[in-house]
Amino acid sequence: MSEFECVMEIPEDARNPVEPFLRMDRMPHIWCPGCGIGTTVNCFVRALLSSKSDLDHVAIVSGIGCTGRVAGYANLDSFHTTHGRAIPFATGLKLANPKLQVVVYSGDGDLFAIGGNHFIHAARRNMDLKVICVNNLTYAMTGGQTAPTTPGQVISATAPYGVFEPAFNLVQLAEAAGAAYVARWTTYHVTQLARSMGEVLNKKGFCFIEVLSPCPTLYQRRNKMGDGLDTMKYYKEASKIRHGAPTGECALTKSGEIVVGKFVDRDRPDYLELMRTQLHESLGERYAEPEAVCGL
Amino acid sequence: MHADPKGVLTGVHFLDGDHACCEGTLAAGARFSAGYPITPSTEVVERFAARIPTVGGVFVQMEDELAASIAIQGAVWGGAKAFTVTSGPGFSLMMEHIGYAVMTETPCVFVNVQRGGPSTGLPTLPAQADMMQARWGSHGDYGIIALCPNSPQECFDLTITAFNLAEEFRVPVLMMLDECVGHMTEKVIIPEPGQIEITPRHLTQRPPEAFHVFEPGENLVPEMVQAGDGYRFHITGLTHDERGYPSMNVEVQDRLVRRLQDKLKPLANGRALCETEHLDDADVVVVSYGITSRVAQRALQLARQKGIRAGKFRIIQAWPFPEERIRELAGRVKAFVVPELNLGQMVHEVERAAAGQAKVIPVSHAGGGVHNPEAILKAIVEAAK
Amino acid sequence: MAKGFVAVTVERCKGCGFCVEFCPTKVLDLSSAFNSKGYHPPYVVAGEKCSGCDLCGMYCPDFAIFGARYAR
Repeated sequence: MSEFECVMEIPEDARNPVEPFLRMDRMPHIWCPGCGIGTTVNCFVRALLSSKSDLDHVAIVSGIGCTGRVAGYANLDSFHTTHGRAIPFATGLKLANPKLQVVVYSGDGDLFAIGGNHFIHAARRNMDLKVICVNNLTYAMTGGQTAPTTPGQVISATAPYGVFEPAFNLVQLAEAAGAAYVARWTTYHVTQLARSMGEVLNKKGFCFIEVLSPCPTLYQRRNKMGDGLDTMKYYKEASKIRHGAPTGECALTKSGEIVVGKFVDRDRPDYLELMRTQLHESLGERYAEPEAVCGL
Repeated sequence: MHADPKGVLTGVHFLDGDHACCEGTLAAGARFSAGYPITPSTEVVERFAARIPTVGGVFVQMEDELAASIAIQGAVWGGAKAFTVTSGPGFSLMMEHIGYAVMTETPCVFVNVQRGGPSTGLPTLPAQADMMQARWGSHGDYGIIALCPNSPQECFDLTITAFNLAEEFRVPVLMMLDECVGHMTEKVIIPEPGQIEITPRHLTQRPPEAFHVFEPGENLVPEMVQAGDGYRFHITGLTHDERGYPSMNVEVQDRLVRRLQDKLKPLANGRALCETEHLDDADVVVVSYGITSRVAQRALQLARQKGIRAGKFRIIQAWPFPEERIRELAGRVKAFVVPELNLGQMVHEVERAAAGQAKVIPVSHAGGGVHNPEAILKAIVEAAK
Repeated sequence: MAKGFVAVTVERCKGCGFCVEFCPTKVLDLSSAFNSKGYHPPYVVAGEKCSGCDLCGMYCPDFAIFGARYAR
């Protein structure tokens, strides 16, 4: 294959900037051709770079599913937890060592069906977690079943005659539950997504970014929606950037307009701040700060 | 090493088992707990919530038991000693995360104050019906440690033991209280911190480049690590190799799952915690645990008064089951009498260990109260014939 | 003279075509040849137009391509 490689002069020390952030001994990854999860990982790496994060203090927590595999590829302290429980695991991790920047990276089925309760409660508490949801509108790992995000009329493995139950609007849900930061992008919007990810890495509180991503194998194939590139073109054509749009107007449909942008960016005291304030007030001198790493 | 004085409430106290258990967690060095309310266990975390802000740590009330049982594991990987507390229905919900702690070798403690089941059952009344669930409740093959205190004092002492065993073997340790022991109030002596032995977390001293997160030592237990120390490690509930990477093949599965069982062998063979009395001349041995062992004590007294050579074998460590001890006894006694607040659980283990060498007589009780000592006595008398 | 370059790790490519489609200066095209996994990787058709913007690297879900500017 060398005929493709040597057309341009490539400096000897040239290296893909994502490589130091990944466990390259695990490549190639399991994601299908045309899947967008890897694209979101590129954006995350750029965000880690631009936010000047101390990588030894960034931990990544995933649940189960295709996006759940991100933790396994990230060259960080990384935790592949049980289905739906990335957020409560991350909650314990963050509270035991508040110096950690804890990122939850998981899919729509994991975070909003089996893990939905944890999502709304972590947002309510304003737990200082950065939640990135790669939304491919289906359960891909298990074969393309209906997810709480699957739009109406879509054919899925468990809705062979079309989905008739209403879907969640994730950004509206996140805002209503109390998230400090809410944005939505697609894998077409790589620079905007990287910027949003960088912003949340420097913001306190519960931050949520939804990223729409193609799933050619399990979602599109059943619905004759073409391949990954076709979905990327659809994202390009159908997306409308509306920063600050009321999240209630941002519901997704099978093939309609996709409102993207940053919808919410507000400051609320986070869980640890609230806890400290309350306990200081009640206990005064008797209050003992939690030890970052408990005396073992 | 000795207990951190900040968590130790040295002195003579009048506490119920739940509160004593809480003091045990603090003395053991637990600085994180996540819980969800459920009768009859909630007092443990209620006390923790009141005490921990002055000791230095965090209590967080989660949205359900699923969350509580995984939040503690996040906290462990963040560097804390951590536990959660529950009862029947909550224990059922925690099963998946007991499996996760087994698979990821996360040292942590689950306290189960047992009540009557199945389902919602008897929220305020005792049972010992989760003993097999403690052993086998999560899917897959694994080893587990479970301890059964029979007094508030033991709720304190064994909770410290539970944390120590969790660190030594890197397994979740289950504290199997029952509603009676949890709500029984008695004298509890909390020693000076210098008299409390604590097993520290065995954090690796190796540099990151020479460290594999699941590479077992000679004792089959890997060294521990925590987030934020630059190791960039990976853990997963999937079958994984020594690097923590998922690996779906027969060989890796066999190596991992056998090790998860085998690392606990020292506890089954010889180190099993138990309390015995009059075993030297015994014809009949009463095997019991938890609150039932206190009822059995009365039955044993009555039997001795009748001239029956009855001995006591109180199981303190239910899992791994003390099978060598029971097997050895089975060779020289007529029978075992096994009273339990269930319709027969640990009795199956006694039967298995006795292997037909001695009779095994269950004294079952569906829960909601405790046995009448006469019922146990009757079984002893029958067995001695 | 091109301001930048793209480097392709041919064997990692799964042929999705994102890099080809979204390259702002149309530097790339998909090859008709296969890599060892049976995918058509991209190749450079207009190297002189490359600005080294790395948008291809941002899009590539397989970490198989990246772009950079030449040091000056």
